[in-house]
Amino acid sequence: MFNRTPKEMNKYWRVGEPMVWLSGAALSLTLLSAAILLLVIMVSGLGVFWPSPLQQLELKDGSLLVGMQTQVEETADHSGMRRQYKIANRDLNGLDFRWIDEAQIVSSSTPADLLVLERAEYGDFFGRLQTLEGKPASLDQLRQALHQVETARAGLSELDQRLIEISYRGEQLRLKLLKIDYHQVAANEPQRIELSAEKQAEADEFERLVKVQSERLNRIHARTAVFSDANGQQKEIVLADILKVYTPNTMSSADKARFYVAKLWELVSGEPRESNTEGGLFPAIFGTVMLIFVMSLFSFPLGVIAAVYLREYAKEGLLVRIVRIAVNNLAGIPSIVYGIFGLGFFVYGIGHSIDVVFFPERLPTPTFGTGGLLWASLTLALLTVPVVIVSTEEALGAIPREMREGSYALGATKFQTLLRVLLPMASPGIMTGLILAMARAAGEVAPLMITGVVKLAPTLPIDGNFPFLHLDRKFMHLGFHIYDIGFQSPNVEAAKPMVFVTALLLVLIVLLMSSVAIRLRNKMKKRYTFGTF
Amino acid sequence: MTPIKIENPVIEVEDLRFYYGDSRAIHGVDIAFPEKQVTALIGPSGCGKSTLLRCFNRMNDLIDISRVEGKVLLDGQDIYDKNTDIIELRRQVGMVFQKSNPFPKSIYENVIYGLRIAGEKDKSFFDERVETSLKGAALWDEVKDRLHDSALGLSGGQMQRLCIARAIAVNPKVILMDEPCSALDPKSTARVEELIGELRENFTIIIVTHNMQQAARVSDNTAFLFEGNLIEYGLTEQLFVKPQNKQTEDYITGRFG
Repeated sequence: MFNRTPKEMNKYWRVGEPMVWLSGAALSLTLLSAAILLLVIMVSGLGVFWPSPLQQLELKDGSLLVGMQTQVEETADHSGMRRQYKIANRDLNGLDFRWIDEAQIVSSSTPADLLVLERAEYGDFFGRLQTLEGKPASLDQLRQALHQVETARAGLSELDQRLIEISYRGEQLRLKLLKIDYHQVAANEPQRIELSAEKQAEADEFERLVKVQSERLNRIHARTAVFSDANGQQKEIVLADILKVYTPNTMSSADKARFYVAKLWELVSGEPRESNTEGGLFPAIFGTVMLIFVMSLFSFPLGVIAAVYLREYAKEGLLVRIVRIAVNNLAGIPSIVYGIFGLGFFVYGIGHSIDVVFFPERLPTPTFGTGGLLWASLTLALLTVPVVIVSTEEALGAIPREMREGSYALGATKFQTLLRVLLPMASPGIMTGLILAMARAAGEVAPLMITGVVKLAPTLPIDGNFPFLHLDRKFMHLGFHIYDIGFQSPNVEAAKPMVFVTALLLVLIVLLMSSVAIRLRNKMKKRYTFGTF
Repeated sequence: MTPIKIENPVIEVEDLRFYYGDSRAIHGVDIAFPEKQVTALIGPSGCGKSTLLRCFNRMNDLIDISRVEGKVLLDGQDIYDKNTDIIELRRQVGMVFQKSNPFPKSIYENVIYGLRIAGEKDKSFFDERVETSLKGAALWDEVKDRLHDSALGLSGGQMQRLCIARAIAVNPKVILMDEPCSALDPKSTARVEELIGELRENFTIIIVTHNMQQAARVSDNTAFLFEGNLIEYGLTEQLFVKPQNKQTEDYITGRFG
């Protein structure tokens, strides 16, 4: 461009070629950052479950170390490289990860007899099998024994279920008695006597079952195996605590792939363990989806109806303009402010009032007067309603005037026109608003933290007990989960892979929900708008 | 101005004045429309012909700042009376617009829209009306096999005929047409014009058009409006052949407009 004549340069600027380049560059940059974001999360998240070889290192001081290599980096004094190994055996070593300078390593090998045990407690164990119930045994025998233990424990699940039911009934009885206490029913009323007797019966049954259960559990827990770590230190482990045993050094690629898929399935369907750093994410996934769903149930109708009023019924004027400005600004308020509002208004205001009116006997223990799914959903609905309003208004405004007139000219009322012509025609635009609202809601964490999210919820918001949907319960959420395991976990290093996996999952869920909504919108677009616009 | 003698007027307009806010768009028009004839309103852009047409089914009510003075009598009843049921009025005075505006529904649903919103539910009645209306709008043969397909898949000319079918489905007395062919190609225009000729057997038609040849082809009577005044109104052949008024002559000979 520097050897052009002034005339050519003039044309160059007039045509606006630099602007075209600039806009192209801006677009590429945006795409690139989105791609990099996904790539980083995917690479860091998806690699986690692929079993890497278990190395045995001989160190200069004569000791042995067994671990999986996780990172390599230059040492602080630039004298060489150092490697990070996951050495597991938290109960023996006190830590899971160890940095080793390469200079310290004499030799390394991958012996076939090294095992990885996934345990219910203390994380993984790396080592060798010594004895099974006092006798030397092979890996197959260990697997057999584990299988037996698992079957025995499965036989207990019916008992567990009954215990859960009894304790639920006991809790209901306790609440009924509380109510009776509150109404100061005399001690000799038949109702009270009956309830007390019933409660006592439940408690006795509970105790009896617990006794049976602990007896059987004790029998199961009596079966142990002894393992040794790299340096021969022995550790007796209860078989029931071993969730999985595998030998990464002898696994074929197909075995590893199978293992990987099983782990992924556990991730989306299992319960979390070890203060959320291991196990599955099912409650968090469920909570996230449920939250977005309930939020949409509130924000979608509210937003659409408000927009219809603003656009179709309200007389254009100062007041409407003020309302519109207020709605637009509502979308810009930091989400934590909504959280505070939700806490003050929904939780302490409405929730507490509900408790006072309907559950006075339970106070000071709150029922609705504490954070829960309902309040978090309402808070998010408030946060996303401006998005729905704005897009609905725009969609209604974009409908050509002839469509309304055509309907009026056939004798339709305003309401009929709205219902039969305008709303269907605006539906793709309304859907766009809902998609944006859902995406925004899925990404919010701050307002949830004070309106009902918890790091570990004992029960899901849906279960088999009446009324099946428990919107007063606290719930788990993927976004909060990331924060919790990434920054609040006692074992940050061990939790790191989980952070990425959770992030990936959150992105996937948002992507999935959006694509479903986008498909729906495209279908509506096809049906309700002219192809020739 | 030479008023023509009108037998059986369906719509009579007496001293109609129309205001947009403070500015007056129609300055006292007196006109009457004979039954089962086609009357064309012509005039240059902004002369108030569309505004006048929209006074006949109170479409102008949608404009907040508009105001009407004078009388519009439909069968002797003033439609601007306080007690007029606008919805009933619009059922009697149908309208076809410049831009075809089928609803995003099936062809079938489009035709019965007016009946449905009136609370009609009888399926066999719908079927019958759909057939007669579409036949009346000369569209039946083209769409009878795809009545339940979206109306948005029709061609421009078909859409406009569908809008006519939709208007006649509620069996109105009068059909107002606001430049119904201005967005159509010549072939579709010819079909619609032919259709207007057939419709005049059963309906009173008032058509606004920019196209003077069209007015000459389709109408029995023609009214020439200029700057909100009715300049001349008479039989079409007379008005085009021997206009009484200088302004009319200038306009139809193309000296202005």
